[in-house]
Amino acid sequence: MKIHEYQAKEIFSKYGIAVTKEKLCFNTQEAVSAASELGLPVVVKAQVLVGGRGKAGGVKLARTEYDVRDAAGKILGMDIKGCTVEKILIAEGVKFNKEFYVGLTIDRNTKSVIFMASKEGGVEIEEVAKENPDAIIKFPIEADLGLTAFTARKIAFQLFDDISLVKQATDLFQKLYQIFIDTDSTIVEINPLVITEKGDLLALDGKMNFDDNALYRQKSIELMNEPDEDEKIELYAKSKGLAFIPLDGDIGCMVNGAGLAMATMDMIQIYGGKPANFLDIGGSSNPQKVIEAMNLLTSDKKVKSIMINIFGGITRCDDVARGLAEAFNQIKVEIPIVIRLEGTNAKEGLEIIKQLNIPVVQTMGEAAEMAVKFASESK
Amino acid sequence: MSILVNKSTKLIVQGITGRDGGFHTKKMKAYGTNVVGGVSPGKGGQEVDGIPIFNTVEDAVKATQANTSIIFVPAAFAADAILEASEAGIKLVIAISEGVPTLDMVKVTPYLRKNGTLLIGPNCPGLISPDEALIGILPGNIFLKGNVGLMSRSGTLTYEMVGQLTRAGLGQSTCVGMGGDPIVGLYYKELLQFFENDPETEAIVVIGEIGGDAEEQAAAYIKEHITKPVVAFIAGQSAPEGKRMGHAGAIISSGSGTAAEKIAAFQNAGIPVARRPQELAPLVKELLEKRTK
Repeated sequence: MKIHEYQAKEIFSKYGIAVTKEKLCFNTQEAVSAASELGLPVVVKAQVLVGGRGKAGGVKLARTEYDVRDAAGKILGMDIKGCTVEKILIAEGVKFNKEFYVGLTIDRNTKSVIFMASKEGGVEIEEVAKENPDAIIKFPIEADLGLTAFTARKIAFQLFDDISLVKQATDLFQKLYQIFIDTDSTIVEINPLVITEKGDLLALDGKMNFDDNALYRQKSIELMNEPDEDEKIELYAKSKGLAFIPLDGDIGCMVNGAGLAMATMDMIQIYGGKPANFLDIGGSSNPQKVIEAMNLLTSDKKVKSIMINIFGGITRCDDVARGLAEAFNQIKVEIPIVIRLEGTNAKEGLEIIKQLNIPVVQTMGEAAEMAVKFASESK
Repeated sequence: MSILVNKSTKLIVQGITGRDGGFHTKKMKAYGTNVVGGVSPGKGGQEVDGIPIFNTVEDAVKATQANTSIIFVPAAFAADAILEASEAGIKLVIAISEGVPTLDMVKVTPYLRKNGTLLIGPNCPGLISPDEALIGILPGNIFLKGNVGLMSRSGTLTYEMVGQLTRAGLGQSTCVGMGGDPIVGLYYKELLQFFENDPETEAIVVIGEIGGDAEEQAAAYIKEHITKPVVAFIAGQSAPEGKRMGHAGAIISSGSGTAAEKIAAFQNAGIPVARRPQELAPLVKELLEKRTK
């Protein structure tokens, strides 16, 4: 789960990390009055849950009221990587001399939280990582100890020469680590962290992502979730016990298990088709899930054919077949379907499928080939 | 021989009185796995299908000399259950639970290292040494005893690939479902080492998917350290960026962790990659034949 910059900075602020003075606005009028309250110049920043807004023109400096009106008008409603900008942040314009990057994430290799810092802040850290990996300092943190003051100081000394800044940074780094732990984050970033004219550290931007598996114990974080249209469908599917991700192809697929579901999508692509979705009906064999899954697939108007690929383990093929039979009773299915059932109780499942008049094939390759053929025929 | 689990495995089931725990205990026992006890706090002294239940893992270990534990408890309690097993001296822990918070695993990891406990999972289907021991939720009937070692981040994709091998007459020494989370226990490198050292294993199948760079590291490791033939398969070539594909760990972030990178890493290391499941068995056969020549 992701949150907006303004929300991340609210959390930073609560922990005593200095952030820019700013106001969240929903229209030009609010932006203008926020700017006059904060004092010009201000920075007008799109609040969207995707990266790369700067390059897309979603961040503008405004020196006059006219600039504010102009920038707010241009940014509100703007499309950034498929996200429409509905809110903007009006932040005080700050004079600063240098930009740094600090962040925390989970490192799969050391199986620990890792602290990252760089003197090359203000640009996308992924680019720094690709072009100049040595410019990023990385410190894995021992879970038992947390980020100790001496470790934080060691990192700070690599970024700053001035002892006053080192002291500020040590405190800030420890607070940032505490935020990461307290909120079950997967990413916490300040980019850029700047030194103001007064010589203070200030977070100009903020980014936080959270562990979906931990949201059950992070209710206040979960409340900040703002799903987009696709994510709303994903959440709805999740509430029904399905892992569903809409994609832009025209072949619907229903599979048990995430890995097999990915391999199924790949297979469709290998045969020249495009998957309309990722759908994992999960491990348990509840016929109701199959009905919900069929509802999801058939309600997507761009779906031209459906491929069902089940390798029964804990999932029993006869339960899937029963769910399918029930779905056929409830929904008028006009899209061609091909099914492959293998594994636990496949024989019993196929017996039930017989009555439905759906083509049955032996392998996922055959199923993909047929689903692609069906989809191209109905164009 | 096989790796990690065999006839001498003495298994306890943490969460044996739960729905999944109970169901799969029966299945494992029916397969021939030596299930010596179960743990369910407050139900110590009772029995399930003739299996004694204990209040704590410590009690279970004392009474049964169990060396392996499988965990079916809900995700919120999984980390605690893993620690309990580790502290009680269990040497191999298999965590089936799905949805464990990543930071819980970060906290648990140093203790497992300290105690010398090996972990498989969480969010995994378990592992099997055919005809010896099934520890997990895998469908035992699709496996065939033999000489191919297999490791995978996914459950049903493992079954698909095993089905391909079994149909071609290629039996398996041990198949390990490592788990689909960003932080899990034993991973490619460790398992490759086990298989390399196992005299019964003659070829190794590595199944990967998008997210992280463990497959790239595995490819480099194989090139350096593995003498047995290896075949790889990678799922997720058609996956979009920034979306978690069912598994918490299966996500392409900022352009890294793609299937294309992983396939290239294996190919550059001289390891054949099956592009479709049905290509797997012929590739393994070919390498095995080359080797015996």
